[in-house]
Amino acid sequence: MPYRLLKYALHKDHPEPRMFRAPERLKEEYDAVIIGGGGHGLGAAYYLAKEHGITSVAVLEKGYIGGGGTGRNTAIVRSNYLTPEGARFYQESVDLFRDLSREFNFNLFYSERGHFTLAHSPASLNTQRWRAEVNKHLGIDSEVVDRAFIKKTVPEIDLDAGGHQAPIYGALYHPPGAIARHDAVAWGYARGADQRGAEIHQQTAVTGVEVRDGEVAGVHTDKGFIKTRKVLSAVAGWTTSITRMVGLRTPLVIHPLQALVTEPLKPWLNSIVVSASLHLYMSQSSRGELVAGASLDPYELISMRSTLDFAEGMSAGMLDLFPFLGDVKILRQWAGLCDMTPDFSPIMGTTPIKGFYIDAGWGTWGFKATPVSGKTMAWTMANDHDHELIKAFNLSRFGRFQLVGEKGAASVGH
Amino acid sequence: MDRRLPPREGEWIDRSQPVEFRFEGQSLAGFAGDVLSSALWAHDVRLQGRSFKYHRPRGLYSLAGHDANVIVEDGRRTNMRGDLLPITDGLDVYSVNTSGGLQRDRWRIMERFDRFLPVGFYYKAFHTPRWLFPHYENQMRQVAGLGRVHPGNAAVETPKDYAFCDLLVVGAGPAGLAGAIAAAEQGLKVLLVDEQPHPGGSLNWQWSGNPAAQEQFGGMLEQVRAHDNIELRCGTQAAGAYNDYWIALVDDRRLTKLRAKAMLVATGCFEQPAVFQNNDLPGVMLASAAQRLLQLYAVKPFDRAVVVAANSDGYRAALDLHGAGVEIAAIADLRHDGEPTGLAQNAADAGIEILAGCAIAEAVPSGGKARIQAAAVCPLEKDGSLRTGSLRRIECDGIAMSVGWSPNVGLAYQAGGRFRYAEHVAQLVPSSLPDGLFVSGRANGRFELHDQIADGRRAGLCAAAHLGRFDGNLPDSPQHQASPPSHPYPIFSNNGKKNFVDLDEDLHLADFKNAHQEGYDNIELVKRFTTVGMGPSQGKLSNSNAIRILARLNGASINETGTTTSRPFYQPVRISHLAGRRFHPQRRTPLDGWHRQHGAEMMHAGAWMRPEFYTTSGSTRDECILAEAKNVREHVGLIDVGTLGKILVCGPDAARFLEHIYTGRFEKQKVGRLRYGVACDETGVIIEDGVIARLAEDRFYVSATSSGAAVFYREMQRWALIFGMKVTLINATGHLAAMNLAGPKSREVLAGLTDADLSPDAFPYVGVKEATVAGARAIVMRVGFVGELGYEIHVPASQGWHVWTSLMEAGRPHNIRPFGVEAQRLLRLEKGHLIVGQDTDALTHPFEADVAWAIGKDKPFFIGSRSLDIVKQQSLDRKLVGLSFPAHRSGPLPQECCLIIHEGEIVGRITSIAPASTLGHPIAMAFLRPDLANVGAKVTIRTTDGRTADAEVAAMPFYDPDGARQK
Repeated sequence: MPYRLLKYALHKDHPEPRMFRAPERLKEEYDAVIIGGGGHGLGAAYYLAKEHGITSVAVLEKGYIGGGGTGRNTAIVRSNYLTPEGARFYQESVDLFRDLSREFNFNLFYSERGHFTLAHSPASLNTQRWRAEVNKHLGIDSEVVDRAFIKKTVPEIDLDAGGHQAPIYGALYHPPGAIARHDAVAWGYARGADQRGAEIHQQTAVTGVEVRDGEVAGVHTDKGFIKTRKVLSAVAGWTTSITRMVGLRTPLVIHPLQALVTEPLKPWLNSIVVSASLHLYMSQSSRGELVAGASLDPYELISMRSTLDFAEGMSAGMLDLFPFLGDVKILRQWAGLCDMTPDFSPIMGTTPIKGFYIDAGWGTWGFKATPVSGKTMAWTMANDHDHELIKAFNLSRFGRFQLVGEKGAASVGH
Repeated sequence: MDRRLPPREGEWIDRSQPVEFRFEGQSLAGFAGDVLSSALWAHDVRLQGRSFKYHRPRGLYSLAGHDANVIVEDGRRTNMRGDLLPITDGLDVYSVNTSGGLQRDRWRIMERFDRFLPVGFYYKAFHTPRWLFPHYENQMRQVAGLGRVHPGNAAVETPKDYAFCDLLVVGAGPAGLAGAIAAAEQGLKVLLVDEQPHPGGSLNWQWSGNPAAQEQFGGMLEQVRAHDNIELRCGTQAAGAYNDYWIALVDDRRLTKLRAKAMLVATGCFEQPAVFQNNDLPGVMLASAAQRLLQLYAVKPFDRAVVVAANSDGYRAALDLHGAGVEIAAIADLRHDGEPTGLAQNAADAGIEILAGCAIAEAVPSGGKARIQAAAVCPLEKDGSLRTGSLRRIECDGIAMSVGWSPNVGLAYQAGGRFRYAEHVAQLVPSSLPDGLFVSGRANGRFELHDQIADGRRAGLCAAAHLGRFDGNLPDSPQHQASPPSHPYPIFSNNGKKNFVDLDEDLHLADFKNAHQEGYDNIELVKRFTTVGMGPSQGKLSNSNAIRILARLNGASINETGTTTSRPFYQPVRISHLAGRRFHPQRRTPLDGWHRQHGAEMMHAGAWMRPEFYTTSGSTRDECILAEAKNVREHVGLIDVGTLGKILVCGPDAARFLEHIYTGRFEKQKVGRLRYGVACDETGVIIEDGVIARLAEDRFYVSATSSGAAVFYREMQRWALIFGMKVTLINATGHLAAMNLAGPKSREVLAGLTDADLSPDAFPYVGVKEATVAGARAIVMRVGFVGELGYEIHVPASQGWHVWTSLMEAGRPHNIRPFGVEAQRLLRLEKGHLIVGQDTDALTHPFEADVAWAIGKDKPFFIGSRSLDIVKQQSLDRKLVGLSFPAHRSGPLPQECCLIIHEGEIVGRITSIAPASTLGHPIAMAFLRPDLANVGAKVTIRTTDGRTADAEVAAMPFYDPDGARQK
C-alpha cells in the first residue's frame, strides 16, 4: 500500500483542499475566455497558464465540468491514425497522457491495454495495413496481426463470430492503446488551471459573443458581460450554437452516439477490442464493468436520449465476439453528442474572426485528443497563429479542399 | 434455527413443494416461491453477502431487488440477486467477490484499512512511480468486480416478442390495479405489468393485516382477471422507456418490445434507509423488507427488534411484527411530536415503548459483525443532530427502518416526465408530464391506501380521456393530507465511519463531506467522484439521501440541488435477452447452390456470399485463380455478378436525374447503348461507379457496386425527392440474377442460346439489348470490365440457374470455366479498371483517379460539381498509376496498402496488387505523388516487414491498351 494513503489515516479531518475554487462572480475582463468546461477547454486553460503565463482566464461551463463528451465517451486513447497529420497529433496526445498522472499528481488510471481493430474482410484488413504502415513510418507501435495472435492475446474471442458474421481475418494491433478515467482528466486539468489562476465558472451559460470590426470584444453570459479579446469555443457537440453567435459557418453535423456498461465482473478482458463490422468497441474498466460503444446513430439529432435499438444491436455484437456473455447483464446505457466533420478530423485553430479560436469537430475522437488539444490550442491562442501540429486542421481547409481523411481510422464505421 | 412461521394468509410460498438448494456449499431446504434470501433467513442465515469495498457482512435489506447486498453465482450464471432469485431444486450458489468463501472471506481485512481509503483514494495514489501502476492496477482489478464470467458457456439465442396496447400500466399495486380497471372500463386495451411474481404490490405485505384492504384487493384482482381488456403479466419488469412509448419489457424468458399509446406509471416507491453507524449489517433492514419477509415468505425477521420510524408506516410495520411474535423493544420515532394518528395508541396498547424524538445512533454488532446485538438509541436535538451524551442501549437482533420513501419514477423520467421536490410529502412529485404519460399512487405522492386507489382511478380515466375514450368529468386527485411520509434528513452521525449512504459502493457519510470539501459540490460531480448510485442497484436506495446530504452541505434546497438523469435499465438486463436470436442478414445469389456444388470457396462480400475461386484438386489457391483468369483470356469464362446493384430509373426526368447523380452526360445517350458513370458526393469524392444502360427514352438500367448498392439506392431516392423530379427508382438487385460471360469464345457460346443478333454491327461493344437467353427474358449488355469480348446477362432470379447451366453446357466445347471474384479482380487490374473503395478512398476525386474523362463537358450541375470546379484548379497531390514488377525477382512482394517511400517520405500507397498475372509478372495499382509518376520511373515500396521492393511506373491498361479484344 502506498505511503501516500498514510496521511488519510493520520489526519482526523480529510486532509484535502478543494480541487478547484468556485468563484463568486465573473470579473469584468479576462485576457481569455474559454467556452466549455470539458477536458479540452480546461486543458487549454491549464496550458495557457502553465506554458504561456496567461492566467487571467475564465472557463465558462453551462452545466458542470466534464459533463459533455468528456464524461460520456468510452475512454479509449490511441494514436493509430491513418494520415501522418492525424497520427502525429494523436501520438503527441498519447505521450502527454502517459505522464499526466504524475504531472497532475492525480491518478487518471491511464492503463495501456493494447488495442485490437478487428478486420472482418480482406478489404478491411487492407485498411488496417495502411494504418499500420503509416504508423510504423512515424514510429508508432502498430502492426497487422493474424488470427493466431488475436486468439493468443484474447483467448475468449470467437474468431468466427459464431457464424453469424464474417469471420475475423486479422486485426490492427496497437499495444499503446489505453483506457483512462475520463472524468479525472477533466478534474486534473481543472485543478491545475485553478491552481495557476484560471477561474472555472460552472452553471454559467454563454448567450452571445461580441464581435466588433471582425475582432472579438467580449462574451455575453447569463451572469453578465465579460470583456475579452480572445475567445476559445471548446464545446464539441454544441459548437454550432456558438459559431452561430459569431456568424461562422462550419460543415459540422451533430449525431448522437451511445454507449453502455454491464454490471461489474472479475477481470477477464485485458485488451480493448474494436470491430467495425459489428459496430462495437469494448473494454473492461478497472471497476470490472464492460464498457461498450457503437457507431453513430444514423441521423442528425441534438438529443441525448437512449434507444433500445442500440442496446439490442450492441448486445448482439458482444455475443458474436464473446458468445458466453449471454448471462451477463447490462446495467446502464447513455448517449452523447458528436460534432462530425466530413473528413473525420477536427477543426482547430484560428478563424477569420480575430481573437475567436475554435476547437471542434471532435466527433468520436475527442477524449483521446484532450491533452494535445489543450496544449496546441493554448499555444495558438497565445501566439495568435496555428500550432504546427494543428495547421492541417484549420477550418479553412474545407474551402481549400485540403481535407485530412481519417474516415478509415474511425474506430467503427460511422 | 428455523424462523419459518406457521402458514399465513396470502403467503407466496407453496409448502407442498419443498425445495433443496445449496448456498456456499451448505445444503438447505426451502419452499417453491421462496427467493434465496428469504429461504436463507428462514434458516437464520443472516450473513448472505459481502460488500464491494470493505467486504463487510451484509444480509437482506430491501427484499425487493432495490439493494445489491446479496449477489451470487453458480458457475454458469453470475451476478444474481439473492432477493430476486427464486430457489429451485439443485440450485447451488456462492457469494460473488469473496476470497475463501463468505464466512472466512480473506478480503474482509480491507475494512481494517478503511482509514487509508477515503473517497476517491485511488485518484490520490498508485500513479508514481509510473512503472508500478500496472501492478497496482492489476491488484485493484482483482479485488474490484463482482461475479466471474464463464468462457465455456454456450451461446444462448433468446427469441424476442412484440406487443401492442393502448395503455401500459406499470405496477399492479393499489394504484395500478385501480388505474387498469378504470381505463379498461372505458374500452382501452390495457397491459398491466408487475416485476413481482404476484400482483398487488404493497397490498401483499403492507396491508395484509387489514381486512378492509384485503377485501378491496380481492375485488380489484377479480375485476382485473375478469376483464377482457386487461392483460396482466407478472414477473415482468418495464426495463426502459424510449421515445413514443416504446417500452422494453423483460421477463425471465425474453425481451418483449411494446408499443403503447400511453403509459401509467404506478410503480410506487423505494423505501429509503436511515443513515447511522453500522446501518448496513445483517439484521438492519427496511421495515418493508421485514414486512415482505413476514407476509410473503412467512419468515420471522427478528426475535426482538427496534423500529426506527418517521411515519405511520413504521407503526404499522411494528404492529405487524408484534402480531407475528416479534418482540418490539421500542419504536424510535425521529419526530419530536411522534405519530399523530391512532396507530400510536395501538402501539402503546401492544406494550411497545415509543421514544419520540429519538434516532438510532448505532447498530451494535456482535462478534464477527454477522449479527447485531443492540441498538444505541439517542435523543435528537431540535436541529436533528444526535445528543450523543444520552445514548441508550437496547438489546435487539434486528432494526427495521421506516423513515421515508423515494418515488420509483425512472421510467416516467425516461418518458419525458420531470419532477420537483414537494415539502408536503418530502419527496419528488411530477412537475410536468408529456402527453400520454400518467403517474399515480405513491409515485405521485399519494400514501393512504384509499388515496392511492382514487389516484390510480383518476390516472386511468385521464389516460382514457387522452386517447379519446372518455369525455366525462375527470375526478380531482386527492392530495396527501397527513404529515409527510418521509423524513427530510434521516441521516445521523456519531462520528463513526460506518454510516452508509450507498451500500453498493460502501460510501459513508464522511465520503460525501470529503468530496464536497474537495469541490465536488454539484450532484453530477458528486456522483462521478464518489460513484454514488453507479453500483448494481443504480442508486435506488442511495440517490435520495445523497441529494439530501449535498443540499445540506451546499445550504441549498433539494430543488436547487437537482437530480441525476435516470437511464435504462430499471434492473440490469441479460445481454442474451437484448441480443435475441442475432439475425444478421446474409444474401445469396440464385446461383449460390451451384457454386457450392462445384467446389467454390465462398467469401463474405458485405452481406453477400460470393465465390472467391473454384477449387481444383492439386492446385493452390493462387494457381486456381490464375488458371481461371487465363481461361477467360484464352477461351471463355462465366462469373456470377448477381450481387451488383441493379436499379431501374424510369420516368420523364430519368435522363436529367442521372445527369444530376453522375458526373457524365446521359440526355443524348442512345437507346440501346451503355455508358460508364462515376458518382460523387457533394465534396467531389467518388462514391460509386457503374454502367448505365438506356433501355428506352424514359427508362435506364443502372448497375452499382456490390458493396455500395444499398447505400447508393438510398442516396438516389433522397436526391430524387430533393430535386423533385419525375422519376421512379426500382431496386431490382434481388429480383434479377446476373452473370458475365467473358472471353474470346463468348459470342459463340451465347449465339446458340439467344434470339438476339450478336454480330458486331448489330450488337457492338457498349450495346444493350432486351432479348431472350435460354428461353428467359434477359437484358444483355456488351461490357468490358475484364477486358475481353463479353456479355453481361441479367435474367429473372427464378431463371438464373437455368440460364447459367445452359451457358455452361453450351460453353463446354469451348472450354468454358466458371471464375470467381479473385480472377475477376486480377483481370480488371490488368485492364487498369479501378474498384471504388479499393482503389479509391474517402477523399479520392475523379482527377486523381484518372477518370476525369467521365465528367461531362459543360454540365451545369451534378452532385459534387461545385467542389470539383475548385479541385480542378489545384495541382494534384497524387494520382492513380500502374506499377510493374520484374518477373524474376527476390524478396517479399508488397501487399495492398503498403507505402511507397521516397527520400524518407510517404509518397504513395499500393491500392491493388496481383502477385501473378496473365502477363507473367506482378502488377499493381497505386497512388503516387505526380512528380514521381512518369512511366518508367522507379519506385521503392516498403513491405510490412520493413524491407523494400522495387517497381516501375507502368502505363495502364497493362493488357490490351487499345481495347481491341473487348470490341
